[in-house]
Amino acid sequence: MLQVSGLNQLQRLALRFAVISLLFYGLTILEGMIMRAHQINFNMLDADHYFAMMGAHPMVGIFGSSFMLVFGAFYFLVPNLMNKEIYSQRLAELTWILMTAGVGLVWLSGFVFRYAALYTNYWPLPVSGEFSPMALGTFAVGNIIIMTGVFVFCYNIFATIFHRQGEQKPMAPMLASAFGIDGFINIYRRVMRKGVEKEPIMPLPIVAIFRGTVDTVLDALVLGGISVVFLFHAFYSFMGTSLSAGWFDALLYKNIYWWGLDLIADGLVLIYVAGTWYLLATIISGKKLFMQNIARAALLVELIVSWNVWGHHLLSDQSQPMWMKILSGEMVTAFELITMGIAVFVTLMTLWQARPLPMTPALKFLLGGVLGFSLGVPAGIIQADLGMNRILHNTQWVIGAHAHMQLLVGLGMTLYAAVYALFPMLTNDVKLKSNALTNFHFWAHLIGGIGMSAVMGFAGMDGMLRRTVYPGDTTFQSEMIAAAFFGSLIVAAYLAMMYNIISSIGVKGLVEVFVKLPEKMKQRESTAL
Amino acid sequence: MIESSQVMGLMKVVYVIYLLIVFSLMGMYAMKITKTGSEFQKANIFFYGWVGLLVCTGVGVHILTFNKIPWVKWDINRAAINAEREFNITIADYKFKLPEERLLIKKGDMVRFDIASEDHTYGFGVFREDGSMVFQMQVVPGSRNDIVWKFESPGAYSIRSTEYSGPKGSALLVKNVVFVATEKEFARLDKELRQKQDIYKRR
Ligand code: HEM
Repeated sequence: MLQVSGLNQLQRLALRFAVISLLFYGLTILEGMIMRAHQINFNMLDADHYFAMMGAHPMVGIFGSSFMLVFGAFYFLVPNLMNKEIYSQRLAELTWILMTAGVGLVWLSGFVFRYAALYTNYWPLPVSGEFSPMALGTFAVGNIIIMTGVFVFCYNIFATIFHRQGEQKPMAPMLASAFGIDGFINIYRRVMRKGVEKEPIMPLPIVAIFRGTVDTVLDALVLGGISVVFLFHAFYSFMGTSLSAGWFDALLYKNIYWWGLDLIADGLVLIYVAGTWYLLATIISGKKLFMQNIARAALLVELIVSWNVWGHHLLSDQSQPMWMKILSGEMVTAFELITMGIAVFVTLMTLWQARPLPMTPALKFLLGGVLGFSLGVPAGIIQADLGMNRILHNTQWVIGAHAHMQLLVGLGMTLYAAVYALFPMLTNDVKLKSNALTNFHFWAHLIGGIGMSAVMGFAGMDGMLRRTVYPGDTTFQSEMIAAAFFGSLIVAAYLAMMYNIISSIGVKGLVEVFVKLPEKMKQRESTAL
Repeated sequence: MIESSQVMGLMKVVYVIYLLIVFSLMGMYAMKITKTGSEFQKANIFFYGWVGLLVCTGVGVHILTFNKIPWVKWDINRAAINAEREFNITIADYKFKLPEERLLIKKGDMVRFDIASEDHTYGFGVFREDGSMVFQMQVVPGSRNDIVWKFESPGAYSIRSTEYSGPKGSALLVKNVVFVATEKEFARLDKELRQKQDIYKRR
């Protein structure tokens, strides 16, 4: 059982993030399954309820669960990897409070006020009067709070990486190293046979974390900025004057919004994931990363790539300039296949060099994560093509074979790999109760995630649209029943993992991560146990 | 001419093969990684070969579709294409305003759909009777949204908004409103349609 009194501040902090993340994940998949059931029998929910849920589901999943787990893990890892103190423990605590409050408000904006412009918020839907000012205002405030939490995290991480704790280290080489530039310089030295290769200043996972965090700041700027616009509109409608939406060109808005939003998907997620893979591969194998200079350089290339790929979301927008579609939508996007492919190769080769390795939960889940991206990234490359996008855009293919494959299998399994790897470090060596449950978690999540995403992909190829209800039409019902079956496996996997973790840590331990229980209560609970 | 249904048929096969290849490779890797084995000798060469493969795939997909999928070139050149028939459609307040009660098209004719939105961002998609998609585009307010297409298979097609425009948006569906006819049929149906329209106008 977990002895909370023996934990240091950083361990406790990371556990707080992890607990909240796993609870939000439970809410996300519950909503996912309700939507799934609705897709089998369209009489279950009113349209406004269904779409409000569809708006909340990814916000809770991405910011409440994925971001939360990533932030918690990085708050723990960055100081440990750099042998430094965290810059501010208070700001770190503030991060999870802000993120939880923000996600909670966004969820309420859908649940109570039926805000349902979905996470893309295409102009002018949010401000068009379709939703009440309360709904829009609550969503905007929630989103602003989430983005504030994101800024606080980024500031704290930057400060932890770069603050020099009294030493007089020059800033420029640290910054260059954090961007991966020394990886390029080393490659240049090797190729041109000029000079000696130098060991980079920053550990590779830190380069990935820093790089991902740059994109995180930019995406929070855009999403937060747009939310301020929403808040302005909500305020005026609340006061009885509705502002015209005509001041903002819908296509320009879409470009700006997707530029920011895509920094999450094609920027920080891919980069954070690559960083996590590298870290786990080195921890599991006990070896240096294979071709680490190339990996560093690839992270820098991914910076340029992630800023220039948003055009693949506008391939079906007929007024979008054709050169932008081809350059950003097709060509630069194709680079994602290369940078992700390099990350896959480097990770697998690092592990391969250390054969034989025991198949630990962390290794299993890491391979599951690599598998998820190996399936999801090429699906994205296919739809990022002028010809294919014409028949795939906004179908279930996009949200299934591409998005859920990457989110549930790729990102999800990578994060679980980190959870299983960090669990002993965060809990002072508490052992998980059941190996069988860990194995069940692995297989049920893997089969469920891949099965559901692939079935959605087939439904998409058969013409089923995303974000669309088909009342009275049973064309895609068999595919949705299969997707529901695989979805239930994901839920079963989650329950198995939660049971395993909670029974190993103890409910008391979990609560005490947040609040100190009175002695009497503790005694009562331990006698009950 | 290759049709979108054929492209999808092929894609399903390719996707299944791809899934099987990736599963097998990962399965083999996972089994072998737990066993002892010799050092990987030519890892560097393998790496550059891998990157080469990725580059070729990334670029190759676009070259292939540019050459094999006809609507890519139609789309790029659509401003210069003279369509045999043109339909101007408006969407407002979650309703299609169609120029005619039936959008009649002669098989093999190049048609232009020009769709304007008066309020939200919508989509415009044409679907076969079995629910599969012929094509779609976005309909953005304040922008020109036009697409040219050549229908090769006679039959009835439905139109539907393919972009989320709010909870009411799913109702934006008109069943079997596009009708593609063979040359013979077309002359008869077109005449009938015109006569009907005249009667309406006179009324
Ligand atoms: C059991 C697990 C899950 C199930 C059953 C599920 C189910 C669904 C369903 C039914 C939709 C609507 C698809 C449509 O018709 O457009 C959807 C959309 C979505 N889901 Fe999930 N989901 C699950 C997990 C997740 C997770 C963990 C995340 C994120 C971390 C996520 C992110 C998304 C996103 C981004 C959308 C798109 C929403 C939109 O189009 O606005 N899902 N999901």
